[in-house]
Amino acid sequence: MAVRTQFESSNDIGVFARLTNSYCLVGVGGSENFYSTFESELNDHIPVIHASIADCRIVGRLTIGNRHGLLVPSSTTDQELQHIRNSLPDTVRLRRCEERLSALGNVIACNDYVALIHPDLDKETEEILSNTLNVECFRQTVADRVLVGSYSTFTNQGGLVHPKTTIQEQEELSSLLQVPLVAGTINRGSDVIGAGLLVNDWIAFCGLDTTAHEISVIESVFKLGQHHHLTGANAATTNKTIKDSLVDALT
Amino acid sequence: MEYIIPSNNDAPITGKILCCQCGILIEPNALNMCSGCLQTQIDITDQIPKQGQLQMCNKCIRYLQPPNTWISAELESRELLTVCLKRIKGLNKEVRLTDAGFIWTEPHSKRVKVKLTVQKEVMTGAILQQTFIVEFTILNQICDECQRIEAKDYWKALVQVRQRTSHKKTFFYLEQLLLKHNAHTDTTQIKQNHSGLDFYFAEQNHARKLLDFLSCVVPCASESSKSLVSHDIHSNIYNYKYTYAVEIVPICKDDVVCLSMKHSKQLGNIGPICICSKITQNVYLIDPQTLKIAVISSTEYWRHPFQSICDSKHLVEYIVCDVNLIDSDGKPHVYGKESTKHALAEVYVMKASEIGFVDKQYITITHLGHLLHPGDSVLGFDLQNSNVSNTSLETYNMDKLPDVILVKKLYADKSLRNRKRKWKLKHLNVEDAVSGTSNDRDYTDFLEDLEEDPTLRQNVMIYKDEKKLHQIDDEKETIDIPQIGLEEMMSELKLDEDETQMKVDS
Repeated sequence: MAVRTQFESSNDIGVFARLTNSYCLVGVGGSENFYSTFESELNDHIPVIHASIADCRIVGRLTIGNRHGLLVPSSTTDQELQHIRNSLPDTVRLRRCEERLSALGNVIACNDYVALIHPDLDKETEEILSNTLNVECFRQTVADRVLVGSYSTFTNQGGLVHPKTTIQEQEELSSLLQVPLVAGTINRGSDVIGAGLLVNDWIAFCGLDTTAHEISVIESVFKLGQHHHLTGANAATTNKTIKDSLVDALT
Repeated sequence: MEYIIPSNNDAPITGKILCCQCGILIEPNALNMCSGCLQTQIDITDQIPKQGQLQMCNKCIRYLQPPNTWISAELESRELLTVCLKRIKGLNKEVRLTDAGFIWTEPHSKRVKVKLTVQKEVMTGAILQQTFIVEFTILNQICDECQRIEAKDYWKALVQVRQRTSHKKTFFYLEQLLLKHNAHTDTTQIKQNHSGLDFYFAEQNHARKLLDFLSCVVPCASESSKSLVSHDIHSNIYNYKYTYAVEIVPICKDDVVCLSMKHSKQLGNIGPICICSKITQNVYLIDPQTLKIAVISSTEYWRHPFQSICDSKHLVEYIVCDVNLIDSDGKPHVYGKESTKHALAEVYVMKASEIGFVDKQYITITHLGHLLHPGDSVLGFDLQNSNVSNTSLETYNMDKLPDVILVKKLYADKSLRNRKRKWKLKHLNVEDAVSGTSNDRDYTDFLEDLEEDPTLRQNVMIYKDEKKLHQIDDEKETIDIPQIGLEEMMSELKLDEDETQMKVDS
């Protein structure tokens, strides 16, 4: 299922929160409504953590994480690091990372197995990333844009990429990530997917402006809620696409 | 997933996305919306009014450009487009105008439709272009200048042209001169008065222009006066009405004049009985007894004014009995200028009215020797039997003056000449035109003068009379009537609408 919400009348909720399969970070804001939305949906399953990074509430853009771990920029204070450590489940690794491109959420997009990273990212960061998040890294661009974290979002089920991504590029990325991809928009035609959409394997949060058509695309590509039971034809197409990707990867 | 379409082409194909509003497949664009949704969602022209009003003065076909400029423009012209675009609010602040044009509308519908294409950047990198129509309603509003003219009392300067004569031939001539030189264009109104014409002007310098023109073409003197209409003591602005009184010398062509003894001596012993042979800005006198010519400028005339003792109306018809040309030996010797166009002759004439009753022949010397033959009719002035009160004439001994002064040759009668006339003149649009029998006779006299005098014709535009041009003369008459050749006539311009100031004499 997909839930519409907004952070203090801003639709860019991906900026202020980070959602993974095992935890959710929410920036400390003036209003508690935003936090409550996540808490009501996720509290039974995963911890929802109030956090700030370097006294900023834009935690979604500054951090990157998945089920296995969380990477925070070097500007994170010790106190903040301690708080997050205490709140995270024990299985999740937490690392600080010295990286010039400190908005890790903008330059990295990942699921529990693979990550797309900015082509200029440091070797050390890539190494830390593979070790902490337990992912395979690919230096890639999405629709000729280097901020892969901003312009794409993907989970273990599927992914949404920038609307201008060519079909060839979609196929290439899809075969790298081993998940089906769709070019689409969020927040009534906005192309900044990462900022408008928070998604994990069973739930999605999107900006309040997102239209029904955009939500239906999101629910079908991330296999959420009622769209989990796909119609026969669509399922066949998806299977074929995945098969193509697998064959492509093996050869 | 139907969105990923496998393709074999190597060329990068942009994937199609769903329109965020309606969900149809589209090429991705800056707003990620299909054009249909764009039109419903975004209207970049909503700040621009789609209706407007144009104020037009239908007297002078000018359009109001607020606050108070009037611009003359035709329908679908660039000027009108400028006026229209200036009336549309928010055209250059909100959006960028890229194209504008007219959509044809019926001229009588009082509607002007302007088709505009505007662009506006609605989001970074997304420039929308939209075409729309603004409809203007034309409202009639008389402009200030036309309002004054319509009120008929609007003039700042008045030129009163007067000539103290019994006929209007000079004014007919003046009218043709004005038409030829377009000197009447600045007038707001022309009125006919019993002794002349009044020209009204909106500006003082327009009146001065006419004044200069008149002093170049007719002998005249002018006086100016002004009357205070209003004044503002604070800003020292005085508002005057100017009146110029122009007096034309009351001597016309073919008038017989009698010079005073002193004046006659000053001009080299001319006359004293002279005939006016020509009027330009000077008065040309010829002495029929000696062919001596005198030129009198208007200033000179006003210094020694003299009156005509006989004008063309009072001439009587004589029949020529005999003509003896006087050769250069027999001619009296003349000091000064002498006419070469005329020939001196001793002529025996009889009064046409007396033929059959009185068998009296008059003998006189005339300057018309080159024209006269025995049997011809000639118009002359019976000086001995005249009853003229003229102070200078009284100083002379009547015995020393000739009995008869022959002035001009009489050709065929008026009705025949009227029938044979294959040309016409244009007229000024003069108010209160007195159309009486005397006026018509003066006019035909003027037309005859034109036929007889080629130098007079030079300043007049003569038009072909299409109606009469195709009539074939069935009467083969050999009477020599002076006529104007076809080569001197002009074809009339058929655009009658343009000549609002003129009406064609039919």
